[in-house]
Amino acid sequence: MAVDTQTVEKLAELARIAISAETIDEVSNRLGDVLQLVDQLQAVHTEGVAPMAHPLDEVQVLRADEVTEPNRREEFLALAPQSEAGLYLVPKVID
Amino acid sequence: MEWEIVIGLEVHVQLSTKSKLFSGASTRFGAEPNTQACAIDLAMPGTLPVPNEEAFRYAVMFGLAMNAEIGKRSVFERKNYFYPDLPKGYQTTQLAEPIVGAGEIEIHLDDGTSKKVRLHHAHLEEDAGKSLHEDFQGMSGIDLNRAGTPLIEIVSEPDMRSPAEAVAYLKKIHSIVTYLGISDGDMSQGSMRCDANVSVRLKGEEKLGTRTELKNINSFRFVERAIKVEAERQIDILEDGGTVIQETRLYDSDKNETRSMRSKEVANDYRYFPCPDLLPVILTDDYVEKIRSELPELPDAKLARFQSEYQLSAYDASLLTQERALADYFEAAAKESGEPKLAANWITGELAALLNREELSIEQSPVSALQLAGLIKRVTDNTISSKIAKQVFEAMAKGEGSADQVIEKRGLKQVSDSGAIEQMVDQVLAASGTQVENYRNADESKRPKMMGYFVGQVMKASKGQANPQMINKILKEKLDALL
Repeated sequence: MAVDTQTVEKLAELARIAISAETIDEVSNRLGDVLQLVDQLQAVHTEGVAPMAHPLDEVQVLRADEVTEPNRREEFLALAPQSEAGLYLVPKVID
Repeated sequence: MEWEIVIGLEVHVQLSTKSKLFSGASTRFGAEPNTQACAIDLAMPGTLPVPNEEAFRYAVMFGLAMNAEIGKRSVFERKNYFYPDLPKGYQTTQLAEPIVGAGEIEIHLDDGTSKKVRLHHAHLEEDAGKSLHEDFQGMSGIDLNRAGTPLIEIVSEPDMRSPAEAVAYLKKIHSIVTYLGISDGDMSQGSMRCDANVSVRLKGEEKLGTRTELKNINSFRFVERAIKVEAERQIDILEDGGTVIQETRLYDSDKNETRSMRSKEVANDYRYFPCPDLLPVILTDDYVEKIRSELPELPDAKLARFQSEYQLSAYDASLLTQERALADYFEAAAKESGEPKLAANWITGELAALLNREELSIEQSPVSALQLAGLIKRVTDNTISSKIAKQVFEAMAKGEGSADQVIEKRGLKQVSDSGAIEQMVDQVLAASGTQVENYRNADESKRPKMMGYFVGQVMKASKGQANPQMINKILKEKLDALL
């Protein structure tokens, strides 16, 4: 059961992924396989079972409110394709 | 046709923790760009978030202050969208299991009435960075210092019916978070931001109209104006037979209008799912109860206490309890002077005018609570008149020291020497032949009012320093003797 082309295109747009016309059929088939798996899972009788937020049945550990991270701006900026005046530069975003 | 405005608010409050929600980077305001953005905030591969316990403590304090249920189990989810100030490609937030559940607060309106507003829920989430669109050869500059700063998003039910109610609600939230000390609440620095969901319907109609969402309104005044102008826009559309489109709109304070944010036209689809990097956070009853036992006195409790303990009017008490620092100032001045009513009058009168004029907060007041109390004592023990007290107050505001120092240095001590006052009265009467004649011929009922003229002249002759009760007494005796 393939996902229709339109849905694949919308998902690609939301995920900011470019999917070429040649691969779109393959992607829709693979997504269809995933959905089939989900259908199988949904067929399981789960009434009265609390949903799990996480596969590990553990509780989150919290940290104390302390500043532990030093300023490493120059190292991080050096990894970026472009930077200026301490800022990361990205293609112009207009709102 | 009579229309009703329906308003729900989403308020973002920056929590004043030292470090971020999921990393140990500093949250200090005003640092050089990107000097407080660590590997976790930058979404470097291989990093893992660890939540800040203090942010949970603050959120629980807030929930308790809002009489809300506390989510003893809360879960972080990913809200997926792409924007360069959000390096991970998702915001870590809460949806199905937030830290604070349903609650209720009372808001106080300027006309003296109160009303309950229900809280839908409040959740913890991380803030995004900032995009700067100036002049980088057609590029945008990104500062990620703010990325990961803890926020609580406070979502109300659509319970407000006028822009004034929305402002009163926002002020109440502001007052609660600053009383709790969990945020500085500074709207001008973005520590508190507000989105408003606005719709209109015919009065009596039960079904809600189509709403629009007004984004990022950054002052109390703009909240009121933005909602008003948006409601008017919707009413115009509906009265012309049109339909309101559900959309996000931006308030332009320069033009006082709202406009559609076209870039967000693609329907939002955030594809939320529980964050696999974070486990459910479980808080124990003991933890929550300990926080409850440590809550400071909240605005409503203080309001009631100021009325009963200091016999203040509801109006004065509400003015003085809006800000915790102001309430503290009042209590210090009231206790030290032993005159709560006078202290309240001075603070809501002269002091408020001074702070307003100089654009200062109460914390920056050039006249301390103890100085003000010292001044009030000199009025009540008749060392100076209340008129001279205003002069002394202005001098204290200019840094001339305590009330006693100013009175001494400027020689403002009230003249209570009956001989000296009698002499001034005689001089005034001698120089006011016509007025004295009029007084004598006037009907008895009109005389008390006519006395005002003579009192004023004597006061003037004494440069405002004569004891007013004594002037009155001596004048009355002298004038009566002439009848």
